[in-house]
Amino acid sequence: MAKLNVNIGALSLKNPVMTASGTFGYGLEFADFMPLDGIGGIIVKGTTLKPREGNDYPRMAETASGMLNCVGLQNKGVDYFCEHIYPQIKDIDTNMIVNVSGSSPEDYAECAARIDALENIPAIELNISCPNVRDGGMAFGVTCAGASSVVKAVRQAYHKTLIVKLSPNVTDITEIARAVEAEGADAVSLINTLMGMAIDIEKRKKVLSIGTGGLSGPAVKPVALRMVYQVAKAVKIPVVGLGGISTAKDALDFLMCGATAIEIGTANFLDPAVSIKVRDGINDWLDSHGCQSVEEIIGCLE
Amino acid sequence: MKKYILDLTVKTVERISPKHVLIRLTDEKPLPEMVPGQFVELRVDGSATTFLRRPISINFVDRKQNELWLMVAMVGDGTRRLGELKAGDKLNCVLPLGNGFTSHPSPLTSHLLVGGGVGVAPLLYLGAQMKAQGMEPTFLLGARTASDLLMMDEFKKYGRVCVTTEDGSEGEKGFVTNHSLLQQERFDMIYTCGPTPMMKAVARYAREKGIECEASLENLMACGLGACLCCVEKTTEGNLCVCKDGPVFNIKKLLWQN
Repeated sequence: MAKLNVNIGALSLKNPVMTASGTFGYGLEFADFMPLDGIGGIIVKGTTLKPREGNDYPRMAETASGMLNCVGLQNKGVDYFCEHIYPQIKDIDTNMIVNVSGSSPEDYAECAARIDALENIPAIELNISCPNVRDGGMAFGVTCAGASSVVKAVRQAYHKTLIVKLSPNVTDITEIARAVEAEGADAVSLINTLMGMAIDIEKRKKVLSIGTGGLSGPAVKPVALRMVYQVAKAVKIPVVGLGGISTAKDALDFLMCGATAIEIGTANFLDPAVSIKVRDGINDWLDSHGCQSVEEIIGCLE
Repeated sequence: MKKYILDLTVKTVERISPKHVLIRLTDEKPLPEMVPGQFVELRVDGSATTFLRRPISINFVDRKQNELWLMVAMVGDGTRRLGELKAGDKLNCVLPLGNGFTSHPSPLTSHLLVGGGVGVAPLLYLGAQMKAQGMEPTFLLGARTASDLLMMDEFKKYGRVCVTTEDGSEGEKGFVTNHSLLQQERFDMIYTCGPTPMMKAVARYAREKGIECEASLENLMACGLGACLCCVEKTTEGNLCVCKDGPVFNIKKLLWQN
Protein backbone atom coordinates (compact mmCIF):
# COMPACT_ATOMS: atom_id res chain seq x y z
CA MET A 1 0.00 0.00 0.00
CA ALA A 2 1.49 3.30 -1.11
CA LYS A 3 0.82 6.40 0.98
CA LEU A 4 -2.04 8.21 -0.69
CA ASN A 5 -2.57 11.18 1.61
CA VAL A 6 -2.05 14.70 0.26
CA ASN A 7 -2.52 18.23 1.61
CA ILE A 8 -4.25 21.21 0.07
CA GLY A 9 -3.14 24.07 2.29
CA ALA A 10 -4.33 23.17 5.78
CA LEU A 11 -6.66 20.51 4.42
CA SER A 12 -5.57 16.88 4.77
CA LEU A 13 -6.96 14.37 2.30
CA LYS A 14 -6.66 10.64 2.93
CA ASN A 15 -6.23 10.23 -0.82
CA PRO A 16 -6.25 12.61 -3.79
CA VAL A 17 -9.67 11.55 -5.11
CA MET A 18 -12.66 13.84 -4.66
CA THR A 19 -16.01 14.07 -6.40
CA ALA A 20 -16.94 17.21 -8.33
CA SER A 21 -19.75 19.57 -7.44
CA GLY A 22 -23.07 18.94 -9.16
CA THR A 23 -22.22 15.35 -10.07
CA PHE A 24 -22.42 13.62 -6.70
CA GLY A 25 -25.34 15.33 -4.97
CA TYR A 26 -24.59 15.55 -1.27
CA GLY A 27 -22.89 12.16 -1.36
CA LEU A 28 -25.91 10.51 0.23
CA GLU A 29 -27.37 9.63 -3.19
CA PHE A 30 -24.34 7.38 -3.76
CA ALA A 31 -24.09 5.74 -0.33
CA ASP A 32 -25.60 2.45 -1.60
CA PHE A 33 -22.84 2.05 -4.17
CA MET A 34 -19.61 2.87 -2.34
CA PRO A 35 -18.21 3.82 1.07
CA LEU A 36 -18.35 7.62 1.08
CA ASP A 37 -15.47 7.79 3.56
CA GLY A 38 -13.25 5.92 1.12
CA ILE A 39 -12.39 9.00 -0.92
CA GLY A 40 -10.47 12.14 -0.02
CA GLY A 41 -13.34 14.57 -0.30
CA ILE A 42 -16.85 15.22 -1.55
CA ILE A 43 -17.64 18.60 -3.06
CA VAL A 44 -21.36 19.07 -2.71
CA LYS A 45 -23.79 20.88 -4.97
CA GLY A 46 -23.36 24.58 -5.82
CA THR A 47 -24.90 26.60 -3.01
CA THR A 48 -26.04 30.21 -3.17
CA LEU A 49 -27.17 32.73 -0.57
CA LYS A 50 -30.77 32.65 -1.79
CA PRO A 51 -32.64 29.65 -3.25
CA ARG A 52 -32.45 29.27 -7.04
CA GLU A 53 -34.87 27.37 -9.29
CA GLY A 54 -32.25 26.98 -12.03
CA ASN A 55 -32.96 27.05 -15.75
CA ASP A 56 -35.89 25.53 -17.61
CA TYR A 57 -35.90 21.98 -18.99
CA PRO A 58 -34.23 20.75 -21.24
CA ARG A 59 -31.01 21.13 -19.33
CA MET A 60 -28.97 18.35 -20.85
CA ALA A 61 -27.72 17.12 -24.22
CA GLU A 62 -25.60 14.06 -24.82
CA THR A 63 -22.53 14.60 -26.99
CA ALA A 64 -19.71 12.43 -28.36
CA SER A 65 -17.85 11.30 -25.23
CA GLY A 66 -19.55 13.81 -23.00
CA MET A 67 -22.58 15.89 -22.21
CA LEU A 68 -23.75 19.48 -22.08
CA ASN A 69 -25.70 20.83 -19.13
CA CYS A 70 -27.33 24.13 -18.29
CA VAL A 71 -28.76 23.33 -14.85
CA GLY A 72 -28.11 26.88 -13.66
CA LEU A 73 -27.25 26.33 -9.99
CA GLN A 74 -30.61 24.99 -8.82
CA ASN A 75 -30.37 24.80 -5.01
CA LYS A 76 -32.42 25.64 -1.94
CA GLY A 77 -30.03 28.27 -0.60
CA VAL A 78 -27.44 28.31 2.15
CA ASP A 79 -29.91 28.50 5.06
CA TYR A 80 -31.64 25.32 3.89
CA PHE A 81 -28.24 23.69 3.50
CA CYS A 82 -27.19 24.62 7.04
CA GLU A 83 -30.46 23.52 8.63
CA HIS A 84 -31.43 20.44 6.64
CA ILE A 85 -28.48 19.06 4.66
CA TYR A 86 -25.54 19.72 6.96
CA PRO A 87 -26.91 17.57 9.83
CA GLN A 88 -27.17 14.64 7.41
CA ILE A 89 -23.63 14.90 6.06
CA LYS A 90 -21.56 16.30 8.92
CA ASP A 91 -20.53 12.90 10.25
CA ILE A 92 -19.35 11.43 6.96
CA ASP A 93 -15.68 10.72 7.63
CA THR A 94 -14.16 12.63 4.74
CA ASN A 95 -13.73 16.26 3.72
CA MET A 96 -17.21 17.57 2.98
CA ILE A 97 -16.57 20.68 0.90
CA VAL A 98 -19.26 23.12 -0.21
CA ASN A 99 -19.21 24.69 -3.65
CA VAL A 100 -20.28 28.32 -3.25
CA SER A 101 -21.70 30.57 -5.95
CA GLY A 102 -23.27 34.01 -6.07
CA SER A 103 -24.20 37.02 -8.12
CA SER A 104 -22.10 39.69 -6.37
CA PRO A 105 -18.92 39.68 -4.23
CA GLU A 106 -21.12 40.48 -1.21
CA ASP A 107 -23.37 37.50 -1.98
CA TYR A 108 -20.43 35.14 -2.20
CA ALA A 109 -18.94 36.49 1.02
CA GLU A 110 -22.19 36.23 2.96
CA CYS A 111 -22.78 32.65 1.78
CA ALA A 112 -19.17 31.71 2.61
CA ALA A 113 -19.47 33.27 6.08
CA ARG A 114 -22.51 31.11 6.88
CA ILE A 115 -20.58 28.01 5.87
CA ASP A 116 -17.52 29.15 7.84
CA ALA A 117 -19.62 28.62 10.95
CA LEU A 118 -20.19 24.92 10.20
CA GLU A 119 -17.65 22.95 12.17
CA ASN A 120 -17.42 19.92 9.90
CA ILE A 121 -17.07 21.77 6.60
CA PRO A 122 -13.30 22.31 6.39
CA ALA A 123 -13.20 24.03 3.00
CA ILE A 124 -15.22 25.70 0.28
CA GLU A 125 -14.80 25.68 -3.46
CA LEU A 126 -15.63 29.08 -4.88
CA ASN A 127 -17.46 28.77 -8.18
CA ILE A 128 -16.54 31.78 -10.29
CA SER A 129 -16.92 29.76 -13.44
CA CYS A 130 -20.51 28.56 -13.89
CA PRO A 131 -21.33 29.13 -17.58
CA ASN A 132 -25.07 28.73 -17.10
CA VAL A 133 -26.19 31.74 -15.11
CA ARG A 134 -26.45 35.30 -16.35
CA ASP A 135 -26.12 37.14 -13.06
CA GLY A 136 -22.61 36.34 -11.93
CA GLY A 137 -20.98 32.94 -12.05
CA MET A 138 -18.66 32.89 -15.00
CA ALA A 139 -18.87 36.67 -15.39
CA PHE A 140 -16.47 36.92 -12.45
CA GLY A 141 -14.23 34.13 -13.57
CA VAL A 142 -13.30 35.43 -17.01
CA THR A 143 -11.48 38.59 -15.98
CA CYS A 144 -8.68 39.05 -13.46
CA ALA A 145 -10.48 42.02 -11.92
CA GLY A 146 -13.74 40.08 -11.52
CA ALA A 147 -12.04 37.03 -10.06
CA SER A 148 -9.99 39.18 -7.68
CA SER A 149 -13.03 41.08 -6.44
CA VAL A 150 -14.86 37.90 -5.43
CA VAL A 151 -11.87 36.18 -3.85
CA LYS A 152 -10.96 39.35 -1.93
CA ALA A 153 -14.46 39.65 -0.47
CA VAL A 154 -14.67 35.96 0.43
CA ARG A 155 -11.18 35.82 1.89
CA GLN A 156 -12.21 38.42 4.48
CA ALA A 157 -15.31 36.45 5.44
CA TYR A 158 -13.96 32.90 5.24
CA HIS A 159 -11.14 31.54 7.36
CA LYS A 160 -10.73 27.92 6.37
CA THR A 161 -9.37 26.39 3.18
CA LEU A 162 -10.48 28.37 0.14
CA ILE A 163 -10.32 26.63 -3.23
CA VAL A 164 -11.24 28.72 -6.28
CA LYS A 165 -12.72 26.89 -9.28
CA LEU A 166 -11.58 28.38 -12.57
CA SER A 167 -13.28 28.69 -15.92
CA PRO A 168 -11.60 27.34 -19.06
CA ASN A 169 -13.56 29.84 -21.15
CA VAL A 170 -10.74 32.40 -21.07
CA THR A 171 -7.79 33.42 -23.21
CA ASP A 172 -5.14 32.71 -20.56
CA ILE A 173 -6.19 30.73 -17.51
CA THR A 174 -2.81 31.26 -15.80
CA GLU A 175 -3.53 34.99 -15.45
CA ILE A 176 -6.76 34.28 -13.57
CA ALA A 177 -5.00 31.69 -11.42
CA ARG A 178 -2.30 34.19 -10.46
CA ALA A 179 -4.92 36.83 -9.70
CA VAL A 180 -6.81 34.62 -7.25
CA GLU A 181 -3.55 33.42 -5.68
CA ALA A 182 -2.63 37.05 -5.05
CA GLU A 183 -5.93 37.58 -3.20
CA GLY A 184 -5.25 34.72 -0.83
CA ALA A 185 -6.81 31.62 -2.38
CA ASP A 186 -5.38 28.47 -0.80
CA ALA A 187 -5.79 26.42 -3.96
CA VAL A 188 -7.33 26.50 -7.42
CA SER A 189 -9.43 23.79 -9.05
CA LEU A 190 -9.83 23.50 -12.79
CA ILE A 191 -11.50 23.13 -15.17
CA ASN A 192 -15.17 23.95 -14.92
CA THR A 193 -17.17 23.09 -18.04
CA LEU A 194 -16.42 24.40 -21.52
CA MET A 195 -19.23 26.43 -23.05
CA GLY A 196 -20.90 24.60 -25.91
CA MET A 197 -24.09 24.17 -27.90
CA ALA A 198 -26.32 21.44 -29.37
CA ILE A 199 -28.90 21.60 -32.19
CA ASP A 200 -32.10 19.66 -32.92
CA ILE A 201 -32.12 19.59 -36.72
CA GLU A 202 -35.73 18.37 -37.01
CA LYS A 203 -37.02 21.30 -34.97
CA ARG A 204 -34.27 23.62 -36.26
CA LYS A 205 -33.80 24.77 -32.70
CA LYS A 206 -31.20 24.78 -29.97
CA VAL A 207 -31.58 21.74 -27.71
CA LEU A 208 -30.86 23.44 -24.38
CA SER A 209 -33.39 25.82 -22.85
CA ILE A 210 -30.91 28.70 -22.61
CA GLY A 211 -29.21 27.86 -25.90
CA THR A 212 -25.79 27.04 -24.49
CA GLY A 213 -24.44 24.74 -21.81
CA GLY A 214 -21.24 23.48 -20.22
CA LEU A 215 -19.44 20.53 -21.82
CA SER A 216 -18.04 17.84 -19.53
CA GLY A 217 -16.89 14.25 -19.77
CA PRO A 218 -13.92 12.55 -21.50
CA ALA A 219 -14.28 14.95 -24.44
CA VAL A 220 -12.77 17.80 -22.38
CA LYS A 221 -9.92 15.89 -20.75
CA PRO A 222 -7.04 16.90 -23.05
CA VAL A 223 -8.01 20.58 -22.70
CA ALA A 224 -8.23 20.25 -18.92
CA LEU A 225 -4.91 18.47 -18.73
CA ARG A 226 -3.14 21.19 -20.70
CA MET A 227 -4.62 23.90 -18.49
CA VAL A 228 -3.73 22.11 -15.25
CA TYR A 229 -0.18 21.72 -16.52
CA GLN A 230 0.05 25.43 -17.35
CA VAL A 231 -1.50 26.60 -14.07
CA ALA A 232 0.61 24.27 -11.92
CA LYS A 233 3.68 25.92 -13.42
CA ALA A 234 2.26 29.43 -12.92
CA VAL A 235 1.22 29.38 -9.25
CA LYS A 236 2.70 28.23 -5.94
CA ILE A 237 -0.59 27.15 -4.35
CA PRO A 238 -1.87 23.60 -4.92
CA VAL A 239 -3.89 22.78 -8.02
CA VAL A 240 -6.88 20.45 -8.02
CA GLY A 241 -7.38 18.90 -11.46
CA LEU A 242 -10.66 17.90 -13.05
CA GLY A 243 -12.20 17.50 -16.46
CA GLY A 244 -13.18 14.16 -17.95
CA ILE A 245 -11.48 11.91 -15.40
CA SER A 246 -13.01 8.43 -15.47
CA THR A 247 -10.09 6.05 -14.83
CA ALA A 248 -7.01 5.83 -12.62
CA LYS A 249 -4.93 6.46 -15.74
CA ASP A 250 -6.78 9.75 -16.26
CA ALA A 251 -6.18 10.70 -12.62
CA LEU A 252 -2.47 9.85 -12.86
CA ASP A 253 -2.23 12.07 -15.97
CA PHE A 254 -3.44 15.03 -13.92
CA LEU A 255 -1.24 14.24 -10.92
CA MET A 256 1.84 14.01 -13.12
CA CYS A 257 0.90 17.34 -14.71
CA GLY A 258 1.06 18.95 -11.28
CA ALA A 259 -2.36 18.44 -9.68
CA THR A 260 -2.15 17.68 -5.95
CA ALA A 261 -5.63 16.17 -6.00
CA ILE A 262 -8.29 15.43 -8.59
CA GLU A 263 -12.07 15.56 -8.87
CA ILE A 264 -14.30 13.08 -10.67
CA GLY A 265 -17.43 14.55 -12.20
CA THR A 266 -19.50 13.28 -15.09
CA ALA A 267 -18.03 9.76 -14.75
CA ASN A 268 -20.13 9.36 -11.58
CA PHE A 269 -23.20 9.21 -13.83
CA LEU A 270 -21.83 6.26 -15.79
CA ASP A 271 -20.51 4.33 -12.80
CA PRO A 272 -21.68 5.52 -9.39
CA ALA A 273 -18.75 3.68 -7.74
CA VAL A 274 -16.07 5.01 -10.10
CA SER A 275 -14.27 7.20 -7.55
CA ILE A 276 -13.36 4.23 -5.34
CA LYS A 277 -12.10 2.36 -8.41
CA VAL A 278 -9.94 5.35 -9.35
CA ARG A 279 -8.52 5.48 -5.82
CA ASP A 280 -7.68 1.77 -5.92
CA GLY A 281 -6.24 2.07 -9.41
CA ILE A 282 -3.91 4.88 -8.33
CA ASN A 283 -2.73 2.76 -5.43
CA ASP A 284 -2.16 -0.28 -7.65
CA TRP A 285 -0.15 1.74 -10.13
CA LEU A 286 2.02 3.24 -7.39
CA ASP A 287 2.61 -0.21 -5.88
CA SER A 288 3.49 -1.79 -9.20
CA HIS A 289 5.91 1.03 -9.99
CA GLY A 290 7.69 0.93 -6.64
CA CYS A 291 6.39 4.28 -5.42
CA GLN A 292 6.07 4.70 -1.66
CA SER A 293 3.84 7.74 -1.86
CA VAL A 294 1.56 9.49 -4.34
CA GLU A 295 3.56 12.66 -3.69
CA GLU A 296 6.44 11.14 -5.67
CA ILE A 297 4.48 11.48 -8.88
CA ILE A 298 2.77 14.86 -8.37
CA GLY A 299 4.23 17.21 -10.97
CA CYS A 300 6.82 14.61 -11.94
CA LEU A 301 6.46 15.35 -15.64
CA GLU A 302 9.80 15.96 -17.28
CA MET B 1 -34.98 0.72 -1.15
CA LYS B 2 -31.35 -0.22 -1.59
CA LYS B 3 -29.83 0.42 -5.02
CA TYR B 4 -27.32 -1.83 -6.76
CA ILE B 5 -24.91 -1.89 -9.68
CA LEU B 6 -25.28 -5.37 -11.15
CA ASP B 7 -23.97 -7.20 -14.20
CA LEU B 8 -27.12 -9.13 -15.08
CA THR B 9 -27.13 -11.97 -17.59
CA VAL B 10 -29.24 -11.76 -20.74
CA LYS B 11 -31.52 -14.80 -20.92
CA THR B 12 -33.45 -13.96 -24.08
CA VAL B 13 -33.99 -11.03 -26.44
CA GLU B 14 -37.32 -11.27 -28.22
CA ARG B 15 -38.50 -9.05 -31.05
CA ILE B 16 -42.06 -8.07 -30.03
CA SER B 17 -42.71 -5.56 -32.82
CA PRO B 18 -40.75 -4.19 -35.78
CA LYS B 19 -39.31 -1.56 -33.41
CA HIS B 20 -39.36 -3.16 -29.96
CA VAL B 21 -37.54 -5.92 -28.10
CA LEU B 22 -38.22 -7.61 -24.80
CA ILE B 23 -35.01 -8.35 -22.89
CA ARG B 24 -35.24 -10.95 -20.13
CA LEU B 25 -32.41 -10.66 -17.59
CA THR B 26 -31.44 -12.93 -14.75
CA ASP B 27 -28.78 -13.32 -12.07
CA GLU B 28 -27.30 -16.10 -9.98
CA LYS B 29 -28.56 -14.37 -6.85
CA PRO B 30 -32.20 -13.40 -6.29
CA LEU B 31 -32.91 -10.07 -7.99
CA PRO B 32 -33.27 -7.04 -5.68
CA GLU B 33 -36.61 -5.76 -4.44
CA MET B 34 -38.29 -3.60 -7.09
CA VAL B 35 -41.75 -2.05 -7.35
CA PRO B 36 -43.89 -1.18 -10.40
CA GLY B 37 -43.04 2.21 -11.87
CA GLN B 38 -39.35 2.06 -11.00
CA PHE B 39 -36.68 1.95 -13.69
CA VAL B 40 -33.20 0.72 -14.49
CA GLU B 41 -30.21 2.63 -15.93
CA LEU B 42 -28.46 0.47 -18.53
CA ARG B 43 -24.88 0.89 -19.67
CA VAL B 44 -24.62 0.57 -23.43
CA ASP B 45 -21.31 -0.88 -24.58
CA GLY B 46 -19.91 -0.63 -28.08
CA SER B 47 -21.78 2.44 -29.30
CA ALA B 48 -19.55 5.43 -30.08
CA THR B 49 -22.47 7.87 -30.01
CA THR B 50 -23.95 6.63 -26.72
CA PHE B 51 -22.27 8.24 -23.73
CA LEU B 52 -24.88 8.14 -20.99
CA ARG B 53 -26.78 5.18 -19.56
CA ARG B 54 -30.26 4.55 -20.93
CA PRO B 55 -33.17 4.67 -18.46
CA ILE B 56 -35.64 1.84 -19.12
CA SER B 57 -38.73 1.18 -17.02
CA ILE B 58 -39.26 -2.16 -15.33
CA ASN B 59 -41.70 -4.11 -17.48
CA PHE B 60 -42.09 -7.15 -15.25
CA VAL B 61 -40.34 -9.07 -12.49
CA ASP B 62 -40.84 -12.83 -12.53
CA ARG B 63 -39.79 -13.95 -9.05
CA LYS B 64 -40.21 -17.67 -9.80
CA GLN B 65 -37.88 -17.54 -12.80
CA ASN B 66 -35.75 -14.78 -11.17
CA GLU B 67 -36.22 -12.65 -14.29
CA LEU B 68 -36.30 -8.91 -14.89
CA TRP B 69 -38.08 -7.93 -18.11
CA LEU B 70 -37.26 -4.72 -19.96
CA MET B 71 -39.12 -3.48 -23.03
CA VAL B 72 -36.86 -1.40 -25.25
CA ALA B 73 -37.94 0.80 -28.16
CA MET B 74 -35.11 0.91 -30.65
CA VAL B 75 -34.95 4.59 -31.53
CA GLY B 76 -31.24 5.42 -31.67
CA ASP B 77 -27.87 3.68 -31.85
CA GLY B 78 -27.78 3.01 -28.10
CA THR B 79 -31.16 1.29 -27.92
CA ARG B 80 -30.40 -0.59 -31.17
CA ARG B 81 -27.30 -2.00 -29.47
CA LEU B 82 -29.48 -3.16 -26.61
CA GLY B 83 -31.70 -4.92 -29.15
CA GLU B 84 -28.65 -6.76 -30.52
CA LEU B 85 -27.76 -8.34 -27.16
CA LYS B 86 -27.52 -12.13 -27.18
CA ALA B 87 -28.30 -14.78 -24.59
CA GLY B 88 -25.41 -15.04 -22.16
CA ASP B 89 -24.27 -11.40 -22.61
CA LYS B 90 -23.83 -9.31 -19.49
CA LEU B 91 -25.73 -6.05 -19.10
CA ASN B 92 -24.56 -3.55 -16.49
CA CYS B 93 -27.59 -2.20 -14.63
CA VAL B 94 -28.08 0.40 -11.89
CA LEU B 95 -31.33 -0.45 -10.14
CA PRO B 96 -33.95 0.00 -8.86
CA LEU B 97 -34.37 3.73 -9.42
CA GLY B 98 -37.23 6.17 -8.84
CA ASN B 99 -40.31 6.05 -6.67
CA GLY B 100 -42.83 3.75 -8.35
CA PHE B 101 -46.63 3.91 -8.46
CA THR B 102 -48.64 4.34 -5.28
CA SER B 103 -50.58 1.18 -4.61
CA HIS B 104 -54.13 1.22 -3.33
CA PRO B 105 -54.67 -2.39 -2.33
CA SER B 106 -58.44 -2.42 -2.08
CA PRO B 107 -60.47 -4.86 -4.16
CA LEU B 108 -63.28 -2.30 -4.14
CA THR B 109 -61.24 0.26 -6.04
CA SER B 110 -61.61 0.18 -9.82
CA HIS B 111 -58.27 0.84 -11.49
CA LEU B 112 -57.68 2.01 -15.04
CA LEU B 113 -54.17 1.67 -16.47
CA VAL B 114 -53.71 3.80 -19.60
CA GLY B 115 -50.63 3.32 -21.75
CA GLY B 116 -49.41 4.39 -25.16
CA GLY B 117 -46.50 3.16 -27.28
CA VAL B 118 -43.58 1.82 -25.25
CA GLY B 119 -45.16 3.57 -22.25
CA VAL B 120 -47.30 0.48 -21.73
CA ALA B 121 -44.18 -1.23 -20.30
CA PRO B 122 -44.48 -0.42 -16.55
CA LEU B 123 -48.24 -1.04 -16.57
CA LEU B 124 -47.73 -4.79 -17.02
CA TYR B 125 -45.87 -5.17 -13.72
CA LEU B 126 -48.34 -2.81 -12.04
CA GLY B 127 -51.34 -4.76 -13.34
CA ALA B 128 -49.78 -8.08 -12.38
CA GLN B 129 -49.22 -6.83 -8.84
CA MET B 130 -52.85 -5.65 -8.64
CA LYS B 131 -54.11 -9.01 -9.83
CA ALA B 132 -51.93 -10.74 -7.22
CA GLN B 133 -53.56 -8.53 -4.57
CA GLY B 134 -57.04 -9.59 -5.67
CA MET B 135 -57.91 -6.58 -7.83
CA GLU B 136 -59.11 -6.58 -11.41
CA PRO B 137 -57.41 -3.80 -13.33
CA THR B 138 -58.59 -2.56 -16.71
CA PHE B 139 -55.91 -1.79 -19.28
CA LEU B 140 -56.55 0.85 -21.97
CA LEU B 141 -53.69 0.60 -24.43
CA GLY B 142 -53.08 2.73 -27.49
CA ALA B 143 -50.79 2.52 -30.50
CA ARG B 144 -50.46 3.97 -33.99
CA THR B 145 -51.27 0.68 -35.65
CA ALA B 146 -51.97 -2.96 -34.75
CA SER B 147 -48.33 -4.10 -35.14
CA ASP B 148 -47.26 -1.51 -32.53
CA LEU B 149 -49.47 -3.03 -29.83
CA LEU B 150 -47.06 -4.69 -27.45
CA MET B 151 -47.36 -7.87 -25.34
CA MET B 152 -51.15 -8.06 -25.59
CA ASP B 153 -51.24 -11.68 -24.47
CA GLU B 154 -49.34 -10.80 -21.29
CA PHE B 155 -51.69 -7.94 -20.41
CA LYS B 156 -54.72 -10.21 -20.89
CA LYS B 157 -53.42 -12.47 -18.09
CA TYR B 158 -53.98 -9.76 -15.50
CA GLY B 159 -57.13 -7.92 -16.49
CA ARG B 160 -59.52 -6.69 -19.14
CA VAL B 161 -57.75 -5.09 -22.12
CA CYS B 162 -59.25 -2.30 -24.23
CA VAL B 163 -57.40 -1.06 -27.29
CA THR B 164 -57.29 1.94 -29.58
CA THR B 165 -55.22 2.39 -32.73
CA GLU B 166 -54.87 5.63 -34.64
CA ASP B 167 -55.54 3.89 -37.98
CA GLY B 168 -58.31 1.65 -36.64
CA SER B 169 -56.41 -1.55 -37.51
CA GLU B 170 -57.28 -2.96 -34.11
CA GLY B 171 -59.70 -1.98 -31.35
CA GLU B 172 -61.44 1.39 -31.52
CA LYS B 173 -60.08 3.97 -33.94
CA GLY B 174 -58.50 7.08 -32.42
CA PHE B 175 -56.61 8.00 -29.28
CA VAL B 176 -56.98 6.30 -25.91
CA THR B 177 -58.96 9.27 -24.61
CA ASN B 178 -61.57 8.71 -27.37
CA HIS B 179 -62.33 5.15 -26.22
CA SER B 180 -66.00 4.51 -25.42
CA LEU B 181 -65.00 2.88 -22.13
CA LEU B 182 -64.27 6.31 -20.66
CA GLN B 183 -67.86 7.41 -21.28
CA GLN B 184 -69.45 4.16 -20.12
CA GLU B 185 -67.63 3.39 -16.88
CA ARG B 186 -66.47 5.17 -13.79
CA PHE B 187 -63.00 4.48 -12.37
CA ASP B 188 -61.59 5.42 -8.96
CA MET B 189 -57.95 5.59 -9.90
CA ILE B 190 -56.02 6.06 -13.16
CA TYR B 191 -52.37 5.26 -13.79
CA THR B 192 -50.84 6.44 -17.05
CA CYS B 193 -47.58 6.19 -18.95
CA GLY B 194 -46.84 7.11 -22.54
CA PRO B 195 -46.22 10.10 -24.80
CA THR B 196 -46.62 13.41 -22.95
CA PRO B 197 -49.56 14.66 -25.10
CA MET B 198 -51.41 11.41 -24.32
CA MET B 199 -50.71 11.65 -20.59
CA LYS B 200 -51.82 15.28 -20.57
CA ALA B 201 -55.10 14.27 -22.26
CA VAL B 202 -55.59 11.47 -19.72
CA ALA B 203 -54.83 13.90 -16.89
CA ARG B 204 -57.40 16.36 -18.28
CA TYR B 205 -60.03 13.59 -18.32
CA ALA B 206 -59.14 12.59 -14.75
CA ARG B 207 -59.33 16.20 -13.53
CA GLU B 208 -62.71 16.75 -15.19
CA LYS B 209 -64.12 13.58 -13.65
CA GLY B 210 -62.45 14.14 -10.30
CA ILE B 211 -60.49 10.89 -10.49
CA GLU B 212 -57.15 10.37 -8.75
CA CYS B 213 -54.42 9.98 -11.35
CA GLU B 214 -50.71 9.20 -11.40
CA ALA B 215 -48.51 9.72 -14.46
CA SER B 216 -45.06 8.30 -15.14
CA LEU B 217 -42.79 10.83 -16.85
CA GLU B 218 -39.75 10.24 -19.02
CA ASN B 219 -37.78 13.50 -19.12
CA LEU B 220 -34.25 13.20 -20.50
CA MET B 221 -31.94 12.24 -17.68
CA ALA B 222 -28.24 11.78 -17.04
CA CYS B 223 -27.46 10.36 -13.58
CA GLY B 224 -30.77 8.69 -12.62
CA LEU B 225 -29.95 9.33 -8.96
CA GLY B 226 -31.06 12.91 -8.27
CA ALA B 227 -27.52 14.26 -8.44
CA CYS B 228 -27.27 16.18 -11.71
CA LEU B 229 -30.70 17.91 -11.70
CA CYS B 230 -31.02 17.61 -15.49
CA CYS B 231 -34.41 15.85 -15.73
CA VAL B 232 -36.44 18.34 -13.72
CA GLU B 233 -40.19 18.81 -14.06
CA LYS B 234 -41.94 21.95 -12.83
CA THR B 235 -44.31 21.08 -10.01
CA THR B 236 -46.28 22.71 -7.23
CA GLU B 237 -43.16 22.09 -5.10
CA GLY B 238 -40.76 23.71 -7.59
CA ASN B 239 -38.43 21.82 -9.91
CA LEU B 240 -38.35 18.14 -8.98
CA CYS B 241 -36.14 15.39 -10.39
CA VAL B 242 -38.10 12.92 -12.51
CA CYS B 243 -35.41 10.31 -11.76
CA LYS B 244 -35.55 10.54 -7.97
CA ASP B 245 -38.75 12.36 -6.94
CA GLY B 246 -40.56 10.56 -9.81
CA PRO B 247 -40.85 9.15 -12.37
CA VAL B 248 -44.39 8.78 -11.02
CA PHE B 249 -46.21 11.96 -10.00
CA ASN B 250 -49.76 12.57 -8.86
CA ILE B 251 -51.14 14.88 -11.55
CA LYS B 252 -52.16 17.36 -8.84
CA LYS B 253 -48.46 18.06 -8.38
CA LEU B 254 -47.82 18.70 -12.08
CA LEU B 255 -48.36 22.06 -13.74
CA TRP B 256 -50.29 20.54 -16.65
CA GLN B 257 -53.44 22.64 -16.44
CA ASN B 258 -52.74 24.46 -19.72
